[in-house]
Parts: sequence; C-alpha cells; structure tokens
Amino acid sequence: MNKFAVFAPLALFLGLSMILFLGLDKDPSILPSALVDKEFPEFDLMALDDEHRQITREELLGDVTLVNVWASWCYACSVEHNMLNKLSDRGVKIVGLNYKDQVEDAMLWLENLGDPFVYSVSDIRGRLGLDLGVYGAPETFLVDAQGIIRYRRVGVIDERVWRNEFRDLYAELLVEAQ
Amino acid sequence: MSPELGHLAVIAALCLSFFQAVIPMVGSFVGHRSWMRLGHSLALGQFVFLGLAFVCLISVFIQDDFSVAYVANNSNTLLPLHYKVSAVWGAHEGSLLLWTLILAGWSGAIALFSGHMPQTFSARVLSILGFISLGFLLFLLFTSNPFERLLPVSPIEGRDLNPLLQDFGLIVHPPMLYMGYVGSSVPFAFAIAALIGGQFDSAWARWSRPWINTSWVFLTLGISLGSWWAYYELGWGGWWFWDPVENASFMPWLMSTALVHSVAATEKRGVFRSWTLLLAILSFSLSLLGAFLVRSGILTSVHSFANDPERGIFILWFLVIVVGASLLLFAIRSPQMANSTTHRGWSRETILLVNNVLLVTSTATIFIGTLYPLFSDVFQLGKISVGAPYFNFFFVPLMIILMLALGFAGFTRWGSTDVNLLLRRGLFPGLLSFFIALLVPALLTDSSSGSSYSFTAGITLFVSAWVLFMTIEDIYLKSRGSWINAKRFTCSYWGMVIAHIGLAACALGVGMSSSYDEQRDLRMMPGDAVKISDYEFRFGGVNRVDNANFVAFRGEVSVTDKTGMTINLFPEKRNYKAGGQVMTEAAIDASLARDLYVSLGEPLQGEAWAVRLQIKPLVRFIWLGSVLIGFGGLLAAFDKRYRRRKKLLDGQSNRGGLAFE
Amino acid sequence: MKRLLLVYTLLFFSIAFGLDDLVEFSDPLLRERYDQLTWELRCPKCQNQNLADSNSPISLDLKDEIHHLLERGLSNQEIKSHLTSRYSDFILYRPQVNKTTSILWGSPILILFIGGWLVFRLSRRSNELKQENLKSEMDKQRLKNLLDSGTIE
Repeated sequence: MNKFAVFAPLALFLGLSMILFLGLDKDPSILPSALVDKEFPEFDLMALDDEHRQITREELLGDVTLVNVWASWCYACSVEHNMLNKLSDRGVKIVGLNYKDQVEDAMLWLENLGDPFVYSVSDIRGRLGLDLGVYGAPETFLVDAQGIIRYRRVGVIDERVWRNEFRDLYAELLVEAQ
Repeated sequence: MSPELGHLAVIAALCLSFFQAVIPMVGSFVGHRSWMRLGHSLALGQFVFLGLAFVCLISVFIQDDFSVAYVANNSNTLLPLHYKVSAVWGAHEGSLLLWTLILAGWSGAIALFSGHMPQTFSARVLSILGFISLGFLLFLLFTSNPFERLLPVSPIEGRDLNPLLQDFGLIVHPPMLYMGYVGSSVPFAFAIAALIGGQFDSAWARWSRPWINTSWVFLTLGISLGSWWAYYELGWGGWWFWDPVENASFMPWLMSTALVHSVAATEKRGVFRSWTLLLAILSFSLSLLGAFLVRSGILTSVHSFANDPERGIFILWFLVIVVGASLLLFAIRSPQMANSTTHRGWSRETILLVNNVLLVTSTATIFIGTLYPLFSDVFQLGKISVGAPYFNFFFVPLMIILMLALGFAGFTRWGSTDVNLLLRRGLFPGLLSFFIALLVPALLTDSSSGSSYSFTAGITLFVSAWVLFMTIEDIYLKSRGSWINAKRFTCSYWGMVIAHIGLAACALGVGMSSSYDEQRDLRMMPGDAVKISDYEFRFGGVNRVDNANFVAFRGEVSVTDKTGMTINLFPEKRNYKAGGQVMTEAAIDASLARDLYVSLGEPLQGEAWAVRLQIKPLVRFIWLGSVLIGFGGLLAAFDKRYRRRKKLLDGQSNRGGLAFE
Repeated sequence: MKRLLLVYTLLFFSIAFGLDDLVEFSDPLLRERYDQLTWELRCPKCQNQNLADSNSPISLDLKDEIHHLLERGLSNQEIKSHLTSRYSDFILYRPQVNKTTSILWGSPILILFIGGWLVFRLSRRSNELKQENLKSEMDKQRLKNLLDSGTIE
C-alpha cells in the first residue's frame, strides 16, 4: 500500500463515526408521510352518528382542520383523547376518522370519553386509512383550508407535542385561510 | 448476598483489567520482565472473577430473586429451569456479562498458551485485550449493570422471558456466536502488538493462525446456529433475512474468512502483510460496530435489544477510540513493513487476492446496504429501506465468482502458475458440472405443475459441482491416486478440503431450496387433505393443551409420501400466560432430501384454520455445509506444525531460524 | 360412456377435495406476482418484516389491496407506485434507482472494479530492485527476531 492509501481506512472510519453520532438522534421506526403537500384523498363515507348522512372530501374545504384517526380498540387513543377535548375547547376544528371499528363500540367510547370531533366518519374497512398511509392509530393530519395535507403525526399528541409540532403551523395556516 | 457478591466480582475484574491494560504494556517498553509476566496472571484472575460473577447471576435467576431488576425483567417463577439459566444471556445486560466473560476466557487462553512467543509480544497482546476488557466492563458497570436492584420494594413476579427465546436455540446460539465475535479480538490484539513493536514476519503469522482459525470456526458455527434457530423458531420457514443484526455478525465473518486466507499467504510467503494486518483490525472493528448497531437502537430489527441511546453513545465512543487509534497506528506503521510483490500472473497469491477482493467487496456491499437507511435519514434524503432484494442482487453473483475461482485454487502455485495448466485441470470437471447443471433441473421440471427449467438451480448445481469435482481432482493428483499418500496430507490440507466442500454443500442447499421451494397457504377444516408435489397433507384439527407457562393450540397434520409412509406433525399456536404473547411453533420433518414444514396461521370461522404447508428440498444442506466449514477450520487450526513449536524450541537445530520457515 | 363416467368422477373428486387457498387468484401467474410483491414490500409497522411473513393488521390490509389490484390488472410497477404514494418509499425493500440511491447501487460495482484493478496491478512482474531490498530487510528482521525471541540472551 502506498503512503497515502494507508490513511484511507482511517478517513472512511472517521466519516462513518460522524454519521453514526448524528444517527443516534433519529428514530428509525417513524415513517414520513408520503402525502405532505398533497391533496387529502377523495372519500365518501357514512357519518358515525348519522347513518343517513354521507360525508365527502368537500366538507374539509374552507377551514383548517385536524383529522384524527382513532378507534375504540386503540388504547393509546384513550390516552390522547383528553388532549383532543382540550384542543376542541380552545376552538380547534377536529374531524374524527373512526378506523376499522364497529359503530356501536365507537359511539359508546365517545359517550364515555367525550366527543371533541365536529363529526366523525366511519371507515369500517380502513380504505380511507389506507389511502392516507395510516399504519397505526392514533394518527393526526393537519389539513389546510384548501384541503392539502400539511403535516402528519404518528402517535399520541400531548401538550409538548402540540407546542413543538403543531401550534405554529396551525396558526400560520389560520392566517393563510383569511 | 449473591447479587452483591457478583457485583463486587465484576468491580474486581474491572480493577484487574485496568492493570492488565497498563502494566504489561509499560513493561514491554521498559524491559521489566516481571511486569510483562504480570499480564498472564491478571488475565487469569479476570477470568476467575468474571466466572464468579456469572455464577452469581445464574444463581440469582435460579432463586427467582426479583429484587434484581434484570431477573424481574427477564424471568418468571413459571419458567422452566433450563430457560432460567439461559435467560441469563437473554437480554442486554446479561449478554454483556457473557461477552466480558468470554473475552476473559480468550485472554486466559492466551496467557496459558503463549509460551512460545516472545515475552514483549505476549505482554502487549494481553495489554490490548485488557484494554478492550476495561472498556466493556466500564460500559457494563456504568450503563448496563445486571446486578442492579429494585429495592426496597421488589416485584413478586417477573415479566417472563420473551417466548421466542424460550427455546434450545437460546442455550447454544449466543455463547457460540460470542465465542467467535469476541474471539476476533485476539487476531486484533496480535495485529496491534505487531504494529506497536514494528515487527511483523511469518513467525507472527504462525503464532496467530491457530487463534484466527479457531475464532473464525466459532463465528461460523454461531451464525449457522442462529440461522437454523430462526428457521424453526420464527414459524415461516425463512432462514436468512438480511436483517441488520444478522448482517452485523455476517460482516465480521466475511472479513475473518478473508483474514484466514490472507494470513496463510503471509505465513507461507511473507506477502500480504499490510492486508493481513488491516483485515485483522477490520474484523474486530466490524464486530464492535455490530455490538453498537445491535444495542443502540439506531437500526430497526426483529433481533435487536431494547433501544437506549445513552448506551449507544458509550459504545460509539469506545468504537471511535479503539478503531480510530488502530487505523491510525496502521497508517503510520504499516508502510515500514516491506511488502514484496514477487508473484505474477495466475499464481496462488493472485487467486488469494481475488478471494479477498470478493470477500471485501461483499462485506462493503452488506455494510453499505445495512447503513444506507441511516445515511439517508441523517442527510435528509428521506427514509428508505434496503432489504433482501438488494443484498441478494450483489451477494449471489459475487459468491458465484468466488466459487468459480475457488475451484482453481488447489492447482495454483506460489509465485506463478501456467494458465494453460489451470485450464486443462478445469476442463473435465467443468464439463461434468455443466452436464449435471443441464440435466438435473431438466429432470426436475414437473409438467403437471407447469414449472420450467430452473436457471437458479442450474447455476447452483454447476457451481457446487465445480467446487466438489475440482477439489476431488486436486486430492487425486496430489496423492498420485494412492490412498496411502493421501493419508499423509497435513491436517491443514484436509481442513481446507473439508471447508471448501462444506461451502459447496451450503451453496447447494441455498440454491436448491430457493429454486424448488413449494408453499401453500390454505384454509383447512378437520379432515381436509391436499396434494403438494409427491406428498398428501391431511389436517386433523386443533386441540387445546395446557402447559407450565403457556396454553397451546395443537394442530395435527399427517403427511403421506408416495410410498405410503405417513408421519404426523404437530404445529402449535402458543399463548404465553405471563406476557400474553402469541407464538407460532412450526412442525418440521427434517431429512437430507427435504424438510416438510407445517405451521398454523390464524383460526378462521368454525373449526377451520389457516395452515401454511411447505416443502423445502435440500434445505438441511445449508447448515450441514456450514458445520463442515467449521469442522474444516478446526482441523486446520490443530495442524501439527502449530503444536510442534515447543519441540523445535527445545531441540535446537542448526537452522537458527525458528522465526522463518 | 366409460370416458364420460371417468370425467364425471374426476370432476366430483376435484370438487370434493377442493380446498380454498387463503388468497384466491383467477390466474396462477397472478399468484406468482403476488408472492414476489409481498416478498419485496415491507410491513410499515413491524420491526423489519416483509408483508409475506407478517400477520399484523396493516400487513393483512396491504396484502388484500395488492390482491385486489392484481385482479384489476395493474402491473407490478403500478402497484408499487400506488402503495408508495401512500406509504412512501420506506415500504420498498428493493430501493428505487435514482439520484438519492446512486451511491447505494453504484458503490458495490465501483468497489469491485477497484479491487479488480488492484489484483491486476499487483500481479504484474515486480522489478529486481525490490527483490534486493527485500533480502536485506529479511536478514535484518531475522536478527531482530532471534534477539527478541529470547533464545539468544
């Protein structure tokens, strides 16, 4: 090996180490949403509380909305629910997406834990969930007034998460909507 | 009492490792004989203390002492005794203690068997091993202490050992794997000692070869056991997933294989010195990197231990210091070691170089594939996945080229070889292999199921037959057709032969089981039967069976072959009481020719179940082949010439060169 | 008459022993593609598993979707696009070949070529001078070893 080639392994290794140090801060299991800055998918689903009412994408237009994916079988959703109630009291418009659930179970759940949702749609087969790239409840999508998805969170939302990940963007979008 | 005793023993070992790291090294520079000798006693002392600590941990598990956090997290009163013992290394902290114990074991072995090496050299080797020990023990005591207590309120019951680990595989796989993983620190220590001393010659190669070969054998067997375990335990019939944790053990193995071959050239001809040193350093570095990847949570894997970034930082710093310093030392010192390139053309040196290039390229590919998702995430290029399709795409062709080159290996000569000779040697075996590769898959095409000639099977057969026939031809020619001559071949030679044949067998198993694997996922009611290939599978329904710590739903499947012979298989779906996990226990009928693999899916409506039925031809060859590889390596390690050293020393000959042959 | 009887008997038996595959396809070629796709696609939620080996709810949904799309006649590429536009490239175990992954797909080939070039370079005939230097080096080493090994004190 010549005089300079011998330093190559060391150089490569130091480069690798830096990448590894930076990588320790990352969480490998969180997926980015493929739908950020894309339109919220078309759908035509029954409203949870009214079987004669069909809801489509149209209803999301005009307001900045939080779309929350939840289910009565989802334990983490019950942990998050209080926060959603608080947000709804503060005036945040939250739409529920009842994911792969039974209508009766879902209604009972809302009765017990409170209903922060302007309305919930019943996605019994999970088709809308699939179109949204949902892989585990709870998930929350921040949708702007034009119906474009601007952010997605996988996992429970609490005060800290709201502050760090949603609040500023939400405020921005409200201003935009004016 | 036991936990505290164990804890104190580890602390004692820590102190000893500190002295072991410092004193012999200093002694080697100053020329202080007793300081250099101290390394040996310190190494053995470490082994004793860590052995004591290990025994304490085992006894704590057996006693169901849930005041020890590690026991509370990994055991349960209902757990059978043999699993309580193996649970000791079932999770991060305990497996780390196993690691340090095995490291102390290897160091102790060096202490006992280094009589024929110069004292400065063995002192430095032990110091380096002591330093590594020091790092791991500090890591253990400060971030991952298995003896941590949950006081004053201790749980009355433990959380149970992960059901996937309640298996024979846990008893054998980690210890064997760690023997190899940790064993790679020995060649590393040898290399660093050589670089420090500025002395590197074929004597070094001769001292280090048995250690290199032995640790490589353990790693071979450890990985093979892991693959076999995953096969029967995970329930879906796969045996290799290119999972980051698997890759973390495979990369050191590939580098060690390159090292095993490189050091052979260094011993015999004094060539490839820098390469050998670099490979020894890189094998251990990859082993440390593997430990980091598995325990830091930086990559997602089915097999990884619990995520903990704090632990990750510690190991990473240790990795940076150890590997960084080694590579720096290498960069500074290795140019001094004159590397002669006196070979030319198609010599044995060239073939070994080809072998090493292919192995290093494979390692680099697996490395890049495993770390690329991380790289992509860190540089904001998005989150991607790299899996089996990528790895197979590169690894398989590389291995095919390697095996083609391997065939010629026996006929090459040091210095230079006539190409025409090689081609002549290869002609007949080549034609024979080609013929087999054409014929066998053609015969195996089954017109009723619409299958056609399988090219992957053809290539597999060609390559495996090629290696086999070329090896046999080599034996025949070297012994001049006489068995008496052949019996006088060295263990080294036979070891090589067996290992290479083992590789051919392994490749055969991989290729054939992939090409001719048959699988059906069916909805079956009790009494249903289906015919797959030449076998009839009949489903007998599912019964509930209660066990000590789980409830099993036991299915019965009877399989009848074309001769009318029937065997009964009992796949299970288990619900573990303590943690509530559900596990799939496959039922396997193993034979050389094929495995019948049956597993239960989910219960469906009524009495129906989802059942997965598989026929896997020649899959056993994969593990039998790798055992042969290991056996070959072991044989080579115990070649008489490594054990003859003492005699030569005692009976001074006029050759004057115990250092050179 | 006999032939008809044979045909009816065979038909009867094939129905009587007819078992449902868990996933039914109208065409065996579709099944092959299904096996290939579920092997190549990753379960978004699991700890590194492909769809074929995973029984988590999302995997089952995705497998259903693939089945549905195959029956509708989409090509493999179209099906993958359909899924990656929802779940991102993360679910592809075979990474795309594009600018981002150029290092990933290119390095192994590059490394192999460098290695090959190295082998070629190193097998050329070395010059005589190196041989001479080597001999004197070896003598020096020999003396050093004899002194170090402790046989000469």
